[in-house]
Amino acid sequence: MSSRREFLQAGLATSAILAGLGISNWSRAIAQQTLTQDQLLQFDDFGNLTLIHVTDVHAHLRPVWYREPDTNIGVGEAAGRVPHVVGHAFQKMFGIAPGSPEAYALTYPEFETLAKTYGRMGGFDRIATIVKAIRGARPNSILLDGGDTWHGSYTSLKTMGEDMVRVQNLLGVEAMSSHWEFTFGTERVKELIEKCNFPFLGANIYDAEWDEPAFEPYKIYDKGGLSVGVIGQAFPYLPIANPKWLFPEYSFGIREERMQEVVDELRSQNVDLVVCLSHNGFDVDHKMAGRVKGIDVILSGHTHDAVPEPVLVGETIIIASGSHGKFVSRVDLDVQDGRMMGFRHKLIPVFSDVIAPDAEMSSLIEEIRAPFKADLETVVGQTDRLLYRRGNFNGTWDDVICDGILKERDAEIALSPGVRWGASVLPGNITREDIHSVTSMTYGQCYRTEMTGETLKTVMEDVADNIFNKDPYYQQGGDMVRVGGLAYTIDPNAQMGSRITNLRLLKNDALIDPSHSYVVGGWASVNEGTEGPQIWDVVEEHIRKSDGALAPTKTSNISIKGL
Amino acid sequence: MLISRRGVLAASASLAGLALLPMAVRAQDAAAAPVQTADEMIAEFTGGADVTEGDAVKLTAPEIAENGNTVPISVEAAGASEILLIAAENPTPGVAKFSFGPLAAKQAAATRIRLAKTQDVVAIAKLADGSFVRTAANVKVTIGGCGG
Repeated sequence: MSSRREFLQAGLATSAILAGLGISNWSRAIAQQTLTQDQLLQFDDFGNLTLIHVTDVHAHLRPVWYREPDTNIGVGEAAGRVPHVVGHAFQKMFGIAPGSPEAYALTYPEFETLAKTYGRMGGFDRIATIVKAIRGARPNSILLDGGDTWHGSYTSLKTMGEDMVRVQNLLGVEAMSSHWEFTFGTERVKELIEKCNFPFLGANIYDAEWDEPAFEPYKIYDKGGLSVGVIGQAFPYLPIANPKWLFPEYSFGIREERMQEVVDELRSQNVDLVVCLSHNGFDVDHKMAGRVKGIDVILSGHTHDAVPEPVLVGETIIIASGSHGKFVSRVDLDVQDGRMMGFRHKLIPVFSDVIAPDAEMSSLIEEIRAPFKADLETVVGQTDRLLYRRGNFNGTWDDVICDGILKERDAEIALSPGVRWGASVLPGNITREDIHSVTSMTYGQCYRTEMTGETLKTVMEDVADNIFNKDPYYQQGGDMVRVGGLAYTIDPNAQMGSRITNLRLLKNDALIDPSHSYVVGGWASVNEGTEGPQIWDVVEEHIRKSDGALAPTKTSNISIKGL
Repeated sequence: MLISRRGVLAASASLAGLALLPMAVRAQDAAAAPVQTADEMIAEFTGGADVTEGDAVKLTAPEIAENGNTVPISVEAAGASEILLIAAENPTPGVAKFSFGPLAAKQAAATRIRLAKTQDVVAIAKLADGSFVRTAANVKVTIGGCGG
C-alpha cells in the first residue's frame, strides 16, 4: 500500500472538514446578513503551491442565476456517483442543509426562493477579487482556465471572443484549454491566441492532414523553485459535436496514449507536479485518471459539475469547478521531492452580493458592455415562471425555445441542442441579453426541413448514445436533445437503437411513423450552409408575441424507465 | 516551440517527396470475385493456428470517428512479420495486410480507413515465433450534433 495514497486520503478528509463547503454556520451567517467575504475566502494555507481553477464561464461577465440540474443520470460505473447525484441526495451526500447557501449554490431544490435570498453568483469582477486575495496569500500560485470562456454571450458573439481575452489578460490567466472557442473558426482562434498573454494548450489537438500535434501540449512553470507541468486537453469530440467545417484543419480525440506520452515527457524533465487542465468532461476524466499514470491533479471541465470535494482516483485528484463563474476552486498542494504529498481544497462559491467587485475589472466589463448597452438591456417580454435549462431533458427555457420554433417556423416538431450553458431567468423581465445567454453561437440559423420518422428516431438514438453510453470514452457530454411537439420513453441503460420507444406526436398522440415525413424546425446544425433566421431572433419574436407574461407550455412529454 | 510537418513543408521551397516506409502494403483486391468474410480472411492468414488475445499487438484508433470516410488507424507489434487489419462490418472487410521485412526498424504502420458504420477494427499479428495475437478496437461512426 502506497503511503502516498494514504497521505492523499488524509487530505480528502481534511478537505471535507476544514476547507470544504460544509460550514453549517454559513446559513445562520447569511440569514443574519453577516456572511462576509473573509468567511468565503477563509482558508488555512497548506503546502507550497496553489492552483486556482475556473472553467466553463461561457462568457458570462456579470453575475447570473444558474439552476443546477434536477436530472443527471449516470450509467455504468458512474451510476450513483458524483456528479450523477442531484438535489436532496446531493445535499445528503455532502452534509448540506436544505435552504442553506450551499444548497442554493449546488442543488436545484427551492431554487427560485433561495435565489431571491442569496442573490446572483459569479461575475468576473468578483472572480478577480478572489484571485487577487488568493495570490496575495499564496505567491506560488497558478491560475488556470479550463475553456469554454470565449463563447456564450451577446458581447462575446459581437466581439468574436475578444472581450473575453481582454478579461482573461486582466485577470492574469496563466493557461487555458478549449472547446467552444473553436466555433469562432480557425482564423479567429489564431487571431485571438495572438492577443492572449498566456498559452492556449491542447495536447490532443492534431493537424487533421498530417496527424501530428498542432498546438503546444503543455507549459512548465517555475513557482518558488517548484517545476510544475500543466498539460492542456481540449474537448475531444469537437468535430463531431460542433461544426467541423469551422475548423477543418484540426483533429481532436481523447488520445489516451498521447496523454501518457506527454505525462512521461514531463516526468522525464523532472517536473515536481503534473497537472492536466482538461475539457474532457467529468466521467471521461475519471476513466482517464485510472488509466494514464503520473497525473497528480486533473482540473476537470466541460460537464459543468460543481463538486465540493476532490475525487481521488488512484493517486490522482480530480477537481470540478462548476460553470458560469459560480465557483473558483482553490487547491493548496504540498509537493515534496517531485511528489504530491497532500492537498487542501475549497470550492469557493462566488456569491456576488458578498464578494466585493474588483474596481479595475468592473470598469473593463463596463467598457466592454457600453457599446451594446441598449441592446443588452432591451426588455423583450416577461415570464411568469423560472426559466432554466440544465438537466438531462427539457428545461423551461428549452420549452420556450421549442415552442418558438414550432410557432415561428410553422413546424410539427422542434429540436434544440442539449447544451449545458445558459443562465436561468427568474419570473419577471426577459432581456435580449437573457435570450443570448441561452442561444448565442456562430451557427445559430434556425432551419426548417422535412425528416422521416425513421431519421428522427436515428438522430435521437444517436444523441442518447453520446450521453448514456456505458463507456465514458464514448460520451460527448451535454444533455439529451430538447424536443418540441414530441413524447417519448427513454431507457438510458438500454443499448443504442433501443433506448427510445413510444415516440409520439404530442398534438394527436399518434405514434411516429418511420416512413412518414414530418416538418422539423431546429437550430445549431453542424451542417455547412444551413439556412434560416438566427435562433435568438426567432425566440425574441416568439416572446414578443406572447400576450402578457410568458407562460411556457410543456412542449414535450418524456418518460424515463429502467432506473 | 512546436515544429510541425505542415509548417516545415510550407516553409521549404521544394518538396522531395515523402520517404517510403520500410514495408510493403498490399491493399485488398476489391475487384476479385466473392468477397471473403472476416473469418475466412483470418483463417487464411493464420492457416488455422490458434489466435490469442493480447497486447503484443497494439492498435490505436479513435473511440469515435470524426469522419467515417477517413479514420486514422495505426498498428504496432514488435518483431511481427505480418499484421492483418480487418473491419469486419464493412461490405468488404479486408483493409490491409502489412508485411515487414527483416530490415524493418519498427514493425508499425499507420493508415486511414473507411468505416461503413460503428464496428470493431481487428488487428492480428504474426509474431517472430510464428504465433498469432489479436486485438480489437471499437470505433463508433456517429452523426454528431449537440455537445455542451
